[in-house]
Amino acid sequence: MRYNEKELRALSQQPAEMAAELSMRGPKKGSVAKRRLVKLVVNFLFYFRTDEAEPLGALLLERCRVSQEEPGGFSISFIEDPERKYYFECCTQEQCQEWMEALRRASYEYMRCSLIFYRNEIQKMTGKDPLEQFGISEEARFQLSSLPRDRRAACVGTQLDELD
Amino acid sequence: MTRCSGVGTGPGTMKLNERSLAFYATCDAPVDHAGFLHKKGGRHTASHRRWFVLRGNMLFYFEGPGSREPLGVIVLEGCTVELVEAAEEFAFAVRFTGAHARCYALAAESQAALEGWVKALSRASFHYLRLVVRELEQQLAAMRGTGGDGEVTVPPRRPKENGCCSAVWSAEPPAAGPRCPPLPPRRRRASTPDRPPDSAPFAQLHEWYGQEVRALRGQWLGGQTQP
Repeated sequence: MRYNEKELRALSQQPAEMAAELSMRGPKKGSVAKRRLVKLVVNFLFYFRTDEAEPLGALLLERCRVSQEEPGGFSISFIEDPERKYYFECCTQEQCQEWMEALRRASYEYMRCSLIFYRNEIQKMTGKDPLEQFGISEEARFQLSSLPRDRRAACVGTQLDELD
Repeated sequence: MTRCSGVGTGPGTMKLNERSLAFYATCDAPVDHAGFLHKKGGRHTASHRRWFVLRGNMLFYFEGPGSREPLGVIVLEGCTVELVEAAEEFAFAVRFTGAHARCYALAAESQAALEGWVKALSRASFHYLRLVVRELEQQLAAMRGTGGDGEVTVPPRRPKENGCCSAVWSAEPPAAGPRCPPLPPRRRRASTPDRPPDSAPFAQLHEWYGQEVRALRGQWLGGQTQP
């Protein structure tokens, strides 16, 4: 699969939501844990050798599952293959908790869900669609129908309405 | 599956979780935009007609709509989308900034398709989405801040509204409605006794309300399994 590597590298140099030196181990059997600089930028997790400016790699954080692994450690896996895990070890359980929360909220899909949630909240409180001021109220990507079915109910509770 | 690599393989090529990327590209959640576009390979090469699928801030392209794996993906952070003067009709470009930055020359197959794509791609970045979310978060926080203990003062034309889970009991109970949920006079704490603080981050609110919705559904549906 081709991709615009230059732009992705440029993205890795941007200010990060979270950055830390963690111990990281890849999913391949027999892989060894190594110290890496790990940086969360938008919905990508970049990882660098600790003394290098260019990233070794990136993980796109869509459809991922973040799990606690022993105290102070967590893993990232993806829905299609939940046993194939990238392991990370933090200095403290606190740091681990911080990372897990940040990573769970890092996806575009999660951000989209929050937008729909807030939009609905504000609309219920004011009777007005807050996206109108931006001229994007008709934008397909911000409608409830853009979400997978199983996320719609949690976002705005309309599934219960329909059952009445 | 071939290993994902940037344009130009060799030492120093970044790794990317290409397998997951391919699954994300082809999963059955709704897409943000899709259609045929003509993509120019390079400055002096011909265009190829490809099937493009926009999901979030990722623009995937396939041989055709039935392809199981994308040929490639364009990460849409830090780009502009602009109409261009070209030999081809309905031409536009996705342009990145910076030295030696890539410019993708694309062409749609109709005026309507052109407009649809330009609109969809201009607003596709994560950065843009986050800006809007933050704005709404602030608006909501400001509104709640003026609500005393945080309980929303409800305007008369929407007497049922009161927080996220109002949808649970937003319908007036019909005279005979065996399937209607119980309608309490005010918000009821279901299984979770503590309200999150009104300034709680979305993640907490999302989780908390999701729990309550699930619990209430369980209760009034008599524990039937949901489809």
